[in-house]
Amino acid sequence: MTDLCEGGMEDLWSIAVVLLQVWFSVMIGLIMIPAMFGLSLGVTSVYIQILVKILEWATLRIERGHRERPTLPVPATLPFGLIQREGGSMEQEMGELRRYRTQSISRGEFALSDSFYFYIKGLESIVDDQVTQRFSSEELVSWNLLTRTNHNFHFISLRLTIIWGLGVIIRYCVLFPLRITLAIIGLTWLVIGTTLVGFLPNKRVKNWLSELVHLMCYRICARGLSATIQYHNKENKPQKGGICVANHTSPIDIVILANDGCYAMVGQSHGGLMGVIQRSMVRSCPHVWFERSEMRDRNAVTSRLRAHVAAKTNLPILIFPEGTCINNTSVMMFKKGSFEIGGTIYPVAIKYDPRFGDAFWNSAKYNMVNYLLRMMTSWAIVVNVWYLPPMTRREKEDAAQFANRVKSAIAHQGGLLDMSWDGSLKRAKVKEEFKEQQQKMYSSMVVGKKGMAPDWTVAPVTGDLVARRGKYKTDSFKILPD
Amino acid sequence: MLLFCLSVEMGSTNSTLSKIPNVEELMQETGFTPAHIVRLYDRFEALDKEKTGHLRPQDFGAINRLAMNPIGDRIIGAFFSPGQETVDFHSFVRILAHFRPADKNRPKDPSMPEPVNNRTSKLKFAFQLYDQDKDGKISRAELLQVLRSMLEMQVTEEQLESIADRTIQEADLDKDDAISFEEFRKSLEKVNIDHKMSIRFLR
Repeated sequence: MTDLCEGGMEDLWSIAVVLLQVWFSVMIGLIMIPAMFGLSLGVTSVYIQILVKILEWATLRIERGHRERPTLPVPATLPFGLIQREGGSMEQEMGELRRYRTQSISRGEFALSDSFYFYIKGLESIVDDQVTQRFSSEELVSWNLLTRTNHNFHFISLRLTIIWGLGVIIRYCVLFPLRITLAIIGLTWLVIGTTLVGFLPNKRVKNWLSELVHLMCYRICARGLSATIQYHNKENKPQKGGICVANHTSPIDIVILANDGCYAMVGQSHGGLMGVIQRSMVRSCPHVWFERSEMRDRNAVTSRLRAHVAAKTNLPILIFPEGTCINNTSVMMFKKGSFEIGGTIYPVAIKYDPRFGDAFWNSAKYNMVNYLLRMMTSWAIVVNVWYLPPMTRREKEDAAQFANRVKSAIAHQGGLLDMSWDGSLKRAKVKEEFKEQQQKMYSSMVVGKKGMAPDWTVAPVTGDLVARRGKYKTDSFKILPD
Repeated sequence: MLLFCLSVEMGSTNSTLSKIPNVEELMQETGFTPAHIVRLYDRFEALDKEKTGHLRPQDFGAINRLAMNPIGDRIIGAFFSPGQETVDFHSFVRILAHFRPADKNRPKDPSMPEPVNNRTSKLKFAFQLYDQDKDGKISRAELLQVLRSMLEMQVTEEQLESIADRTIQEADLDKDDAISFEEFRKSLEKVNIDHKMSIRFLR
């Protein structure tokens, strides 16, 4: 009996070994080596095309399902935000509220229902406002067959469920082990390679090798995420001695950008595995790692970065001026610190395709490990990178204005919303002014002021106060005599 | 390992729901769907910057758009019961539940209690906006206060008083120089409250 068992065990063992060998040769032959030299076998693009077809089919199926069963909640084409906002101006809204009044004083004067307008606007802002919207993941109109993005899609059809089930199996049993192995290989090679290069004395050879090592590792890591990256306007690629700024969505941004060029990273020095990686990277070419205590001293930070930029042979610094991860639908306020360093700024816009996986790292909800796991079990990461023409600070511009100019350029190129809602509104005085505007608008409806032109109205989609162009004619409402 | 993969795949919705105590009861009571509750919870956490599990009036005051609202303070006040200085998540959701649009598909069952988002509840909230001392009547002084908030520097005191007089004259049916809830309701019976005083979640 035991002989048989042992024989069986040996067979299993040899089968396992053979499988492992096949696995490794596939990996190295088909994925790693082409990746290292920047070539592509075209497998990923075929995969993406198949995926798109499947997702389109799924969308049609879901839409059909909704038409057949209208009691299911139908997701509308989503503008930003959680709630539906009435798009009218204050006059329109109040006018509608007052429509019930049939008496002759229906124009002008005060109606008990007037307060409803302010009340509902106030409640809407409690439930949802523009700033916090940017810190939650963009929601898709249609389901992309990942369980985690399934909020309101109930059971539609058996076929859809089967495809979803297959998807789960493929993602977890085929793609995930592949990606993890690649990631581990990539990072290990990064540490070993940079340490080896660090031993070289010669400047030019060392730099060339260091760039090669970095590129190879990032390419392997990118394959480890099934990332398809499309670079546009490569002629504007950041040069040595410059500063590269980009919008921030996730830690993967670094891998995305570093696939096409070498950058000097800026960040806090960590302990543990990150620390090992950081220390070895520094051995082969200068990066800028700060101790936690140094980070607080803004002047120290700026001067160190300035010194790095001044040495024209150093790699361009990579900075994310937003300071935190945003959900890739807009660009938020750029911190002006990065723009005080001087030198040429090379703006880069990064836009992820949300159909294949949600790249946004919501650091409040998920920790890094959880996030990486989610990345590695998504379908793929498809991303567009635009290099914008370099910009420098103009004569009369201060750092904040320059920062805004760069931000607008990036937002415009990437098709992201340029959020101008910035910290200046925290000043109480500005809030008072806005409140007064609202009161002015309202009073013109109640008491009536001749020639009063309200300059503000509420934007339809975002609920924002925006300046209105053109004069608005008001009837002059009179208070009826007793 | 399997559990971990499961949590990754399912995302945060289910884990968020499990963080909230008595969430089933809350959904029953308020009529919010799980997706709505999760959104509101995220919103609550975002407002609760110091992670105390409660919101204070200052946390609401931090919302820019609300601070610019002429009656912003009163709206904030609606969330806090008299004497209470904090509001927890359940109360937050319960109050917002009043402003859900009416369920068109709900069968009219006289034995079931009226849902919280019916027309009367919405009107009651609007009434309490005016009736700050909660004596069941909107006095002339209370009406003046609301008018002052909404109009501030833009009109004179006489104009304000005149408006208040006229409004009370119109609505006050029993001539007690104040507007009771019934008179308030009657005065607004033609307004489409459900349309105008509802917050519609997109999903």
